Order: sequence, then structure tokens, then C-alpha cells
Amino acid sequence: MSATGSGFVQRLTALVRKEMRQMVRDRSNLLVGFLLPLALILLFGYGLSFDVRNAPVAVVIDTPSVAAREVVSGLEGSRYLAPRRVTTMAEAEHLLGDGRVDAIVHLPVDFARRYAASRARVQIVLNGIDSVTASTLEAYLSGSISKTLEHRVDRGEGGLSGAGQVEIVQRFWFNETSNSTWYLVPGLVVLIMTLVGAFLTSLLVAREWERGTLESLFVTPVRPLEIVLAKLAPYILVGLVDLAMCLVAARVLFDVPIRGSLLAVLVSSTMYLIVSLLLGLWISGATRNQFAASQVALLTSFMPAMMLSGFVFDLRNVPIGVEIAAQIVPATHFMTLIKTLFLAGTDWAMVARSCTILGAYALLLTLLTRRTVRKRLD
Amino acid sequence: MSRAVDIYGTGEVERAPPIIVARDLVKRFEGPDGAPFDALKGVSFEVAAGRLTALVGPDGAGKTTLMRMIAGLLRADGGALQVLGHDAAQDAQEIQSRISYMPQRFGLYEDLSIQENLDLYADLHGVPAHVRGDRFARLLEMTDLARFTARPAGNLSGGMKQKLGLACTLVRVPDLLLLDEPSVGVDPLSRRDLWEIIEQMIAEEGLSVLVSTAYMDEAARCERVHVFNKGEQLAEGTPGELRAQVTGLTYVAAPREGEPARDLQARLIDARDRIVDAVPSGGKVHFIRRPECAADSLGDLLVGCEARAREEELEDAFMLLLRAHEEEEEPTASDQGGPDQDGEAALSSGGPEPDQDGAPIIVVRDLVRRFGDFTAVASTSFDVRPGEIFGLLGPNGAGKTTTFHMLCGLLPATSGHLEVAGVNLRQARATARRRIGYVAQKFSLYANLSVRENLEFFGGAYGLRGRTLRARVRAIETRFDLDPQAQSGNLPHGYKQRLAMAAGLLHEPRILFLDEPTSGIDPLARRAFWRTITQLSQEGVTIIVTTHFMEEAEYCDRIAIQDAGRLLALGTPREVREEAGPRGQDMNSAFIAIVENARAHERTRAAAPESVA
Repeated sequence: MSATGSGFVQRLTALVRKEMRQMVRDRSNLLVGFLLPLALILLFGYGLSFDVRNAPVAVVIDTPSVAAREVVSGLEGSRYLAPRRVTTMAEAEHLLGDGRVDAIVHLPVDFARRYAASRARVQIVLNGIDSVTASTLEAYLSGSISKTLEHRVDRGEGGLSGAGQVEIVQRFWFNETSNSTWYLVPGLVVLIMTLVGAFLTSLLVAREWERGTLESLFVTPVRPLEIVLAKLAPYILVGLVDLAMCLVAARVLFDVPIRGSLLAVLVSSTMYLIVSLLLGLWISGATRNQFAASQVALLTSFMPAMMLSGFVFDLRNVPIGVEIAAQIVPATHFMTLIKTLFLAGTDWAMVARSCTILGAYALLLTLLTRRTVRKRLD
Repeated sequence: MSRAVDIYGTGEVERAPPIIVARDLVKRFEGPDGAPFDALKGVSFEVAAGRLTALVGPDGAGKTTLMRMIAGLLRADGGALQVLGHDAAQDAQEIQSRISYMPQRFGLYEDLSIQENLDLYADLHGVPAHVRGDRFARLLEMTDLARFTARPAGNLSGGMKQKLGLACTLVRVPDLLLLDEPSVGVDPLSRRDLWEIIEQMIAEEGLSVLVSTAYMDEAARCERVHVFNKGEQLAEGTPGELRAQVTGLTYVAAPREGEPARDLQARLIDARDRIVDAVPSGGKVHFIRRPECAADSLGDLLVGCEARAREEELEDAFMLLLRAHEEEEEPTASDQGGPDQDGEAALSSGGPEPDQDGAPIIVVRDLVRRFGDFTAVASTSFDVRPGEIFGLLGPNGAGKTTTFHMLCGLLPATSGHLEVAGVNLRQARATARRRIGYVAQKFSLYANLSVRENLEFFGGAYGLRGRTLRARVRAIETRFDLDPQAQSGNLPHGYKQRLAMAAGLLHEPRILFLDEPTSGIDPLARRAFWRTITQLSQEGVTIIVTTHFMEEAEYCDRIAIQDAGRLLALGTPREVREEAGPRGQDMNSAFIAIVENARAHERTRAAAPESVA
């Protein structure tokens, strides 16, 4: 009636101002909103990496020879490896057992002789506990050793000519250096948007239920939608600041390229941010309890974003059930998009498709959240 | 005054149509045991415009449910409700835009300042900017909050929060003002201030107000009163009409010389067939005779005490209605709790009188407790003698609970001497604790254990085991009339209170500490509770109790009044009333007088720093 439309702007402004003040005055908000993302950026950017760099490797040479020395200097030339000479295999095994080296390269007694006959054998022992690191390291070691041998062949020093041998030249696309930071940082944007969104907002409505403030608020001309919109506004701001932090860190600290359109990155990130803010608000309103809400938010938004979105595990190799679950998680759609935008470039069709899906989620969640603050206590 | 005319037109106030019309209103909730339970059982009534109307009733009467339905926050399961001409179920928003509502716990935003809270509600209600200046100034002046506008609401005392809540609901002139127990849990001073504000606003703006309350003195100030109990309306009328029901039934009796008023009160209230209600008041006993019982048949109860007729009060009418309703509901089991049947036997045999000359069982000397810069308890000294009932009274934040916690050995004192049952608490807290029983304000019961399991657990915690434990549990179950199989979480509030007390008494302590034992239970259960307490005291148990019901101080042998950490008065209820001077007619006004005198004194003494702050 008369009051329905009028006053909307005034009420919304008043509510947004209130939410802003509450957010700024609550230190834990700033901690989770700004410091946690910063910590995650640094952790994922510097600490977490699937790459092998300067891996300690024990080298055992039973019989010194020119060939053996060349192999060692080949290893020393690699920035991924840090070889150290040890005299006996027993000693090397001891180091491996202690975890002081990740691998042993063993050049047996007959190495030089067999090498001349082009039948050289090299023993590589790897610490298989971390299989990802082990196989990467294996590739580096065998690559380095075979390269040394090829050089000898090229110089015409060793046995047979290179005839019949096939050299495989690897070329990684999109992530040319096969650098996991490149792969992790776009995913980090998703994680931070999820965390700021769902986790911070999951407390908001529940806190008002717990403190009884909603009951007073309900009996005013205020509309449920206004309550929801007002709660979104300040946290969109926090999310955008975090997004900026991620983009700057990606570019400046980690040299991750942003090949797609910056506009597409901003639009899709904001869309996803709104979805995850709304998810948090909905959980908050549905549980009406801050503790339960934060637990549920963590389990239903952050964990799936980490495990199911394709951040850690490639979704093409998962069973159909997991695949379906993954498709339900909004983070999956954003994860695929943001990785493409960062590393490959702008695929506008994909941007449109993902944003449509996210928009649908936003609409659905707005309706659901509005129901949880529908001005009824029963 | 002219406002009333503006809104309703000259002479329209009396003939105005009702603003609330309820017809056969039913509201059903799920009870704690999962079974449906009717909070409102088909209630019909009307509230007229331009009046101050009260909904009175004990806790669980359905007052809050009704308020929330009128505010459009709950939907009826049956019947119809019209508010300001709108259907409460269909047009909730229309109603919510026109009324102001102060819920029992007004939702102030604690991290916003007083001014910001006011601004928020003014914005939400669309109060025009040019009206605000004057209105805010007036509200702040009435609530005495003008000095603190920049202070966050979270840093206000309980009474100040309540006043700010009221101010927030009054940022504009509503067509109907709903106040749900505005003064519950608020100290007598703030309670009086709140009512002054409400009455001033009604006088100046001709507001239509519906207020719910459990205090009869507040209901007596209203033009019309609706009495509720257990989801039903028992009666309605002007306070005068309701009082007329008890005309000629109300008496006041003075106990014999040397007999505590509460013993006479106990004798009277145990005679259910002849007496509706009896309470100690001002050293005497106020009681109500049953209408069907002849006036001259009370001789054996009074045994020589003189009983004179006394002017009837609204409270008397309320108690008569409640008692009749209880008996109608459960004609046989009229016991709201307490060991009433055995009570009489224990009484007639005459328990040992408290040994007035005995050494004190609790000695407190210069007790101080500080939390950082804040002094919660300042240099407090008092004694409690064995077998006494000792009451600690004070507004919220006075230091009652802190003192209490130190006495029970739950909180170490900053300095001072503290001796409980002959044991110095600073050295041997564990020993002292074994000699005391403690009933916390939020009864520490395990909701998903049965009554017996709870008792056995607490008995074990106090070091009872084997046969002794079983025997004590059986004995206490019988004494408190507890059903051992009932699940504790599903018990009604008064019953839980009994169980909590039973648990505190398992190890037969010499001292029983009760923290706010009667808050949230209805008047009949409160009477039964005090009946148990007086009986325990006659058996020689020393009782220390805190309460915010001032009239309950009359049950105590001696009381201490605390405010802002300091002990303001100490003595028998009569001594304290006399100390308060001519204003101290009853405990409530005595309390207000004492606290106000002390605060005025403090202000003159520390005038300079106060004005800086």
C-alpha cells in the first residue's frame, strides 16, 4: 500500500549504515575479513606448492670416472636439484631414512664400462612417501641424466650414435613453467571469496536472533528484503578488497599472468562473492544460532570449495556421484572460469554460462534468505 | 493532551472503536516433550483506543505469545485477531508499520551508541528530520540518558538499557504501543522511572498502550486489566471492579510478640481450606480468607494474634483468581510444590528455634573483589547466624552475585576475611564447599537425564555413594514430591526449581545458597518455595538467598542491601524499613529510599569528578 514503496531508500540506508558500523566495530570481522585472506595468500603462494626445488639428492659413485663426474655436474646444473656426494650406499640409505635427502642416485661399479657400450645403468632410489614429489623428482633426475648422456653422444664420445633414439620435448601450455603457484593462486581467489562470504555472514542473522534484535526490528516498517540487502552491502566491500589483494598478489608477488579480461574477472568474482555471501546469510537465518551457523557454513561452503571444485582434485577422474555433487557446488563453476580467465584468456561464452549459473544461485538464495527473516517468530 | 484530540477527534476518545479485537484465539506450540501444548486456549477480548490496558498473569500465562500475535510476529492456530482494523494474519506489515513494540528483551544493538540506536529506529520508522531534534531531546531527558549519548548500548546497566529500549520504541507517536513486561528483571528504581516515562507519554500524547506485567502494583495503575493464566483469560475489568471480588476477605494479622511473621504466614497458608493466600509484609501478615469460609472460623489459626480487616488490593484479587483457577484445573493436586503435607507435622512439632546467641556460621570482614579497575564488591562486612534466613538484595550490577560467588568459594576474594562454617575460605575452599549446598540461578541440571539420575549424579559429586546415596536420594524424592522417572528437561519451571533445590540438599549441608531462586516462577509456586525455605530454616539449615522481588525480603530474618558494590543497609526487615524513614512503608519503597539516599550522598561527596565524567 502507501508505505510499501516509499521509505525504501531511507530504511536501506539506515540499515546499511548500521551494518557498516557493526562490522567496523567488531575486530573479529576485520581479522577474518582481511588478515585471514592475507595469511592464505602468503601460505598458498609461498608455503604450499607441489613443485620440487633444490631437492637434496645423495650421489653414490662406486668407481670414479669422467662419465660419472659429468653426470654429477649435470645434476648440479639443475636448479631443481641439490646433489651431495656420499661415499657408500649405506650412508646414502641412512640419509634417505632420516629424510635428509629425497633421493639417491647410484652409479654402480661398471657404470663407466657399460656407459661406453651405451648400456649404462643408473640406480635411482626415491622416498615414495610423498608420491607426487617423488615422481616429479624422478622425472627431473632421469631428465638430467639422459641429457648428460645425449650431450656426450652429440660430441661423439659415447658408444653408438643417437640414431634411433627419440627425444621427447615437453611443452606445457597455459602454465608454461608447470608452476603450481600459477595453478593455486586462481583457486585461492575462489577460496577467499568463499571464506569471506559464507563464514563472515553466517554469523550475522544468527547473532540478531540470539540477541533478540530481530524481534524489535521486525515490528517496524522494514521489509525482509531490505534486511538481506543491507547485510550484503558491507561485506561485498570487504570481498572486493580481498579480491584486489588476490589480484595484486597474483601479479606482483607470484608473477601469475592474468590473460583474460579484467572486467570478466571482476564481474564473475563479484557474482560469486554475492552467491557465497547469500549462502552464509541463508545458513545463518536458517540455523538462528551462531555456532551452528559457522560450522554449517564451513562444511557446506569452504570444504566443498576446497575439495570438490577442482581446486585440488581433477573433476574429470571422479565417480559420477562426486561429479554431480561437484556440479551442485557454486564454487565449481567459478573455479573453472577463474582458472581459464587467469591462465588461458577470455572465453566469453564460458563467462556468460558461468555467470548465468551464479546469477541463478544468487536469485534462489536471495529468496531463501528472505524467507528466514520473513518477520515471523514461529 | 491536545495530541489525543488530534488523533481521534474531540470527544471521540471514549467512543472510539476497539483497536484490538481477539476472538477465540488459539496458539499451539510443541512442548519440550514433543507433545503439542496450547499457549492460548481460545481467548476473546477487546482493547479500547486511547487507554492504558494491562495484561497480567504469571509466567506461562500466554502474555508474550499474545503480544507477539498482536505484533503480527506469530500466526494464530485458530480464531481471529484484528489490530487497528487490520487482520493480524493477513496484513502483518500494515500493523507493524503503525505500532511500536517493545519486546521483553528489547533488541538494542550493543555495539552502537545510544544516539545511533535512536537514529536507526527513527530512520526505520521514517521520522522526519525536523521532528527529531525535539523528540530525541525529550526522550533523552526523560530517560536521563542525555549525558551518555555517545556510549555504546552494551556498556549500559540493565535499567538504562531498558530505558533506552523504551526510548527507541517511542521515537515516533505510534497508533498503538505494545510493551511486553518492560520492567521484568529491572531494579525497583529503574522500574519506577520506566513507569513515569510511560505515564508521561500517555498523558502528553494520548497513546493507546497495551502493557503486560507480572507486577500487580503496575497493573493497578492501568485503566483496564485483563488477567491471564495458563492460556486463558480469567477476568477483565477496571482495577476497582477486580478488587471488588475480594472486598471483605482481606485481613492483616500481627504475630505474637517474638514470633517471626513468616511462622504465622506458614500456618495460615497451610490451611488451604480456609485461606486463599498469606504473605508476610511489614512485619505483619497479609492474608485472604476463602469466600465460602466464615469470618469467625479462623481462631485456631491465629491463636491469639489479632486479625483486622484491610483494604483490598489488586494483588489479592489476582491471587484469588489464580488459586481458583489452579484448583479448577487439578482439583486434588493443589500443591504447586514444596513438602506441604509433611510441612504441617514438622511445624506443629516445632522445629528448634534458630540459636540466636550461637557463633556466626558465616563471617565476612572487609571483603573486596576487583575486576581490573572495576570494584565489584567494596569493603563489605556482615555475619550470618546458624539457622537464619539471610537475604541479599540489590539492583542489577550491585555486586550480589559476586558476593555470592565468593561466599560459595567459586571466586577468590581480592582481599578481606571470609569464613564459612568455621573454615577460612582463603585456605580451605574444598572443605568449606562440602558443608554448603548451592542452587545456581540457571539450575544446573542435565536436561536429558531423569530426575533420579540427576540426583544420583549430584549426590556422587558431593561424595555420597552406595547405600547412603540411595537412601538420601529416596528420602529427598519423597520430601520434595519428585517423580524419579521424569526427564528433567521436560519439567515445568517450578518443578525444575524444586529438583535443583533437592540436588543442593542431598549431602545435608548446613548452609544452603540460593541465587535468584524465584525469578521466572509464578506466584503460587513462589509461595510454595518460601514455605519449603521457612521449614528448612526451622530444621536448622542456614539459608542465604538473593532475590529481586523486594517483598520476599519479608521472609528473611535479616537482609543486606547492596548497590554499586557497597553495603548500604544491614539488619532485620523492620530495621531496614525504619532506616529508610517515613518513605519505607513497604520493602520496595524502603529499598528505593535507601539506594537513592546513598546515591545522593555519593553525588554530593564526589560532585567534582562526577561532573567531569
